[in-house]
Amino acid sequence: MVKTNELTRIPHTILEEAYKTGIDTSEDNRSGTLFHVDQSTIYSKINELFKGKIELMDTYDALHKYPWIDNYWWKLVDKEKDEFTRNVSKNFSGGYFMRILPNVEVTVPLQSCLMITERDLEQRVHNIIIAEEGSKAHIITSCIQHPVADQASHLGVSEIYVKKGAMLNFTMIHSWGEKTLVRPRSAALIEDQGTFVSNYICLKPVRDVQMYPVAICNGRDSKVSFNSILYGHKNSVLDIGSKAVLNGADSKAEMITRAIAREGATMIVKGMIDGSNSNCKGHLECRGLILDDESFIHSVPELIARKKGTEITHEAAIGKISEKEIVYLMTRNLSRGEVVSMIVRGFMDVGIMGLPKALKEEVNHIVDLAAEGS
Amino acid sequence: MGVLILHKVGMMNMLEVKDLKVKVENKVILDSISLNLKSKENYILFGPNGSGKTTFINAIMGIKPYEVVSGKIVFMGKDITRKDVDERSKLGISVGFQNPPEITGIKLADILKVCLGKDSMDKFSEGEKKLIEAFKLTAFLDRDINVGFSGGERKRAEILQMMFLKPKLLLLDEPDSGVDVESLRLIACEIQRFVDNTESSTLIVTHKGDILEYIKAKYACVILEGKNHCFADPKRVFETIKKSGYKECVACQKRVEEEW
Repeated sequence: MVKTNELTRIPHTILEEAYKTGIDTSEDNRSGTLFHVDQSTIYSKINELFKGKIELMDTYDALHKYPWIDNYWWKLVDKEKDEFTRNVSKNFSGGYFMRILPNVEVTVPLQSCLMITERDLEQRVHNIIIAEEGSKAHIITSCIQHPVADQASHLGVSEIYVKKGAMLNFTMIHSWGEKTLVRPRSAALIEDQGTFVSNYICLKPVRDVQMYPVAICNGRDSKVSFNSILYGHKNSVLDIGSKAVLNGADSKAEMITRAIAREGATMIVKGMIDGSNSNCKGHLECRGLILDDESFIHSVPELIARKKGTEITHEAAIGKISEKEIVYLMTRNLSRGEVVSMIVRGFMDVGIMGLPKALKEEVNHIVDLAAEGS
Repeated sequence: MGVLILHKVGMMNMLEVKDLKVKVENKVILDSISLNLKSKENYILFGPNGSGKTTFINAIMGIKPYEVVSGKIVFMGKDITRKDVDERSKLGISVGFQNPPEITGIKLADILKVCLGKDSMDKFSEGEKKLIEAFKLTAFLDRDINVGFSGGERKRAEILQMMFLKPKLLLLDEPDSGVDVESLRLIACEIQRFVDNTESSTLIVTHKGDILEYIKAKYACVILEGKNHCFADPKRVFETIKKSGYKECVACQKRVEEEW
């Protein structure tokens, strides 16, 4: 597919699929849009309004344009980590380079859309995100798949840098297919007074996702939050965790996961907070809802303390929907089925993600659609 | 013949409970309950702890676990003895729980919209907003239902849900326990106003009798040893219970008056 500067020149079927996952194909409410289809970036554009605030381009273009990118290239993720990182390091098809310029505030989200349209394809991307000093940004990334693509796999390396005093709220919505293998490999580095919020939403059935992003809080007063809403159904395998390394003085980590398993889903939900500073704090919370006997949830919270004064806590609970709650809502004119959908929908609480109002409404809408379809 | 039918319709009871025998976990809790409730009245239900008042409320609403061994429950002329909770709710029965559950993820606003039959995206009308404000619950709209609510807040939320549901029969399980005086006055006055403005009736379980101060009720019913005894004048019945206990009250009331 050829590169284009016009969204209208992207095939209609692709735009339609993108729209379903929250990509705003009119671009009215977006500060930037990037389309990466199969093995090439076909469209990247920054809304006029945000020129001078954000740079968005294909990673290949960025490598040519900025020699200094070497300082950010394979610096957080280990090339030799596993076969997937090795494959990406040998041959990658692009990805996006996103740079939020110093001291700018971007309250309107960016969107990027990675898409697979071909059967048996192994999409390999490498993304670099830099939130420069004092910047603030909310980003939504949607990964989607065209229905014709079967047995595909997606390997994605993302290296994220949150500089001094920057705030990056990064929301990723995965809508891969029931036959797709997904292996994201992400890591983030957070400097002094930096805040990184990583939100992960996976609502559609997917063959197999395994990911374990790492955030390294090196800076003084640096913070990281990992929030996940995972809806496992139709035999999906979701092995999803996150790790925070608290090296900086007064660094903090928070992890919140909501996991729902039904229809034969296998869910392994991991979280690790590694406290290596005497003034660090962390909290990990995982709540799971298992709705049938065919599904499986394994919650693995791990806390590590290496210095006196480290304070790290966790709460993990897996349960069913209580009959008392069901009956209570049935006395309010709802059928049993309506009650279950309502409780499942309520369980997927987008409020944990720290999104601005407009964006929260949008994500809520996506979750509504998923809950309705269930 | 025509006159007879008219007479029958005019006298139709909202709720008829006939010789109801109920077991919970294989133990007979209610042995023989017979009760007729007319529309537009407040009925008070007394009884010692463990006498089966809540079981009775649950049996009318259809909340398990319980088993109807014999007898039947007829609401608005329909036999509802075997109907499920939501069907009874749709027919116009509703319950204000003594201990409503906390539900994480469902906000007070969500449940109020459900009660109003609104979509989650719909907004409250000005009138609805006013009532929410009158119940002092505006600040709670965005909070998960009952999570961290005080006793008074829970009761106010329960009663407000009923006001929005507009049921024909309100079953209220101890609306006056664990609630502050101000909240009690507020909910009792709203219940009375609702009964005054509609054709609806209430069946109110009370231990402490506090709610009698604020609502007009002509009839009381005492559940004792699995049977019920119904009398006029709840205030007097309550005074006798306080003075002589439930057993004495039933015996004494029987000597002085006819049951209703």
